Amino acid sequence: MAGKIRVVIAKPGLDGHDRGAKIIARALRDAGMEVIYTGLHQTPQQIVETAIQEDAHAIGVSILSGAHMTLVPKILELLKAEDAEDVLVVVGGTIPKDDSQALLDLGVGAVYTPGQPVSQIVDFLNERLASVTG
Amino acid sequence: MAIADRQGTWKPKHRADADAPASDAEAAWQDALARTPDRDELFTTMSAADVPRMSTAASAAIDPERDLGYPGQFPFTRGVYPSMYRGKPWTQRQFAGFGTAAETNERFHYLLAHGQHGLSVAFDMPSLMGYDSDDDHSLGEVGREGVAVDTIHDMERLFQGVPLDEVSTSMTINGPAPIILAFYAVMAEQRGIPLAKLSGTIQTDILKEYIAQKEWLFPPDPSMRLVTDMVEFCTKEMPRWHPISISGYHIREAGSTAAQELAFTLGNGFAYVEHAIARGLDVDAFAPRLSFFFNAHIDFFEEIAKLRAARRIWATVMRDKYGAKDPRSLLCRFHCQTAGVSLTWQQPLVNVARTAVEAMAAVLGGCQSLHTNSYDEALALPTEEAVQIALRTQQVILEETGVASTIDPLGGSYFVEEMTNRIEADAYDYFRRMDELGGVVESVKQNFQMREIAEASFRWQQEVEAGQRRIVGVNAYQVEDEPEVPILKIDPALESEQVARVRAARAKRDEDSAQRALVALTEAARTPDANLMYPLLDCARAVCSEGEIVRAMRDVFGSWTETPVF
Repeated sequence: MAGKIRVVIAKPGLDGHDRGAKIIARALRDAGMEVIYTGLHQTPQQIVETAIQEDAHAIGVSILSGAHMTLVPKILELLKAEDAEDVLVVVGGTIPKDDSQALLDLGVGAVYTPGQPVSQIVDFLNERLASVTG
Repeated sequence: MAIADRQGTWKPKHRADADAPASDAEAAWQDALARTPDRDELFTTMSAADVPRMSTAASAAIDPERDLGYPGQFPFTRGVYPSMYRGKPWTQRQFAGFGTAAETNERFHYLLAHGQHGLSVAFDMPSLMGYDSDDDHSLGEVGREGVAVDTIHDMERLFQGVPLDEVSTSMTINGPAPIILAFYAVMAEQRGIPLAKLSGTIQTDILKEYIAQKEWLFPPDPSMRLVTDMVEFCTKEMPRWHPISISGYHIREAGSTAAQELAFTLGNGFAYVEHAIARGLDVDAFAPRLSFFFNAHIDFFEEIAKLRAARRIWATVMRDKYGAKDPRSLLCRFHCQTAGVSLTWQQPLVNVARTAVEAMAAVLGGCQSLHTNSYDEALALPTEEAVQIALRTQQVILEETGVASTIDPLGGSYFVEEMTNRIEADAYDYFRRMDELGGVVESVKQNFQMREIAEASFRWQQEVEAGQRRIVGVNAYQVEDEPEVPILKIDPALESEQVARVRAARAKRDEDSAQRALVALTEAARTPDANLMYPLLDCARAVCSEGEIVRAMRDVFGSWTETPVF
């Protein structure tokens, strides 16, 4: 059945760098997706609850505070506990290479670092979630 | 009277290339131009303003007496001091702070030994957001982007061995600024140093938090009360302290244009002035100690124009609208930092070149102090080597290039003057729009500034993605294999050490006096006329932690959630 891809754009942790999150949110919306932006300072618990409530296909996590190795595993763990492992998790931010590989190994779908075009993210989501749009 | 009514006599001129030629030579030049068309390129500034092909005397329309004056004289376009860098170079002030207080203290001694004139503290996210290190919200963030300060004991460790009456300390914190100032003041008091001898700056600029950086504790109205309490307290007790650094830096980093940075920053400054005047303070009693903090971005001439316009607007509005008489009240003195957001993750060593150009713009714009970013800051916190190159960049500009040998070398440049006039007019236009919404604080509550910034930031991103804006290493001149650069890693053990410290501090203090101080603070918060700085000093003396102090006030003030605009 053809439908819209629903994405939760989430800002976990305390940092307020929301420029990237907002640009991605708008670009995904312009690309025809349904975007739910959580706003700032969300705990992993709140993010996972939002994703389940909104029946989201993907969560885009934006982190520029350096706390990604604490917060992202927590989100993955909570999704698993809620039987929602099928929700695709994508991470964006200032993620060093080693950490990026570690996150992919943990089950994150993709990691985007500064300077990568938004169109890449759109293409990736469309491809990985092709079953949604039929 | 509305700020916008004070635009003065300057009126936008027609663009030079739209005017009839003023001479045969100009007519011949225009004919020649018609045969040599421009490259296919966006000739606009970062503010999306068209750049004239070439400015002329007519387009710049310089009235030297009215628009420029002399340095140290109204309207201060050419500089705030009569001799500028001939008399005293700008202060090389590198922002530093990570890990524990002890580690940052080590960095301070290193910087002092390397010829740095002022100290600067970066706090970690939990401290900036009013959470103690052992709060659930702090998990994974303690000591990561700056130093953790939970109680006055951390402040004491941070400044161990630093002569407080000889250095000038800059502390970059906003929501909790009154708490941190209380910690600093009580630390000095306990070392027997009179408050009147303390010199430095604390950022305190809460309005730009709602607009850009998003680190607030309370809703806008109680926040404005706390800022005004600090202004009043410093006016009476800490006359050498600068209680607010009105900051455009974060507004720009959030994606604003240069014109928006200028307008929203000065607008915030005017809002603080209005609140202090409403408190009953004489404008000349506090305005000389307001200072500013601007971004030095990569669009070279527009940045210089922005900084020159800032001085002219501030002086004009302070004199004509707020009735300031002391010449020092008219001075827009500012710190600059090169643009973090201009640094690229790709080919990071190229960032040394970007930072040098931006630092040059800050100097030609007449800054009073300057921070140069390290080339590796798009990747992580800077390594020591990268910090040293950044500091050396300023030193090359000062010692080798000769730009500090003369005052305002670009004054009278047709292009720079035309750009200065234009960005000034853009700022007044924003003042008018905010006046129409009911003022700056009301505009914040209505998300006006946030919406304008989100638009500008999205437009910029689209231009980059469309290849209309080329960024070296990002969408032009890319390389396949990015070289590895060493990055600084923060030891996760720091977090548990700091958690243990705050718990030990609470366990060791006199619990009764701590609780009494917190109750007194809540009571004072309920009393609209009370200045909260005095109960905050008592909380600092009683070793209350930042998180406890915030909760004591939040009981009265409540919290604030923004409506995101994108």
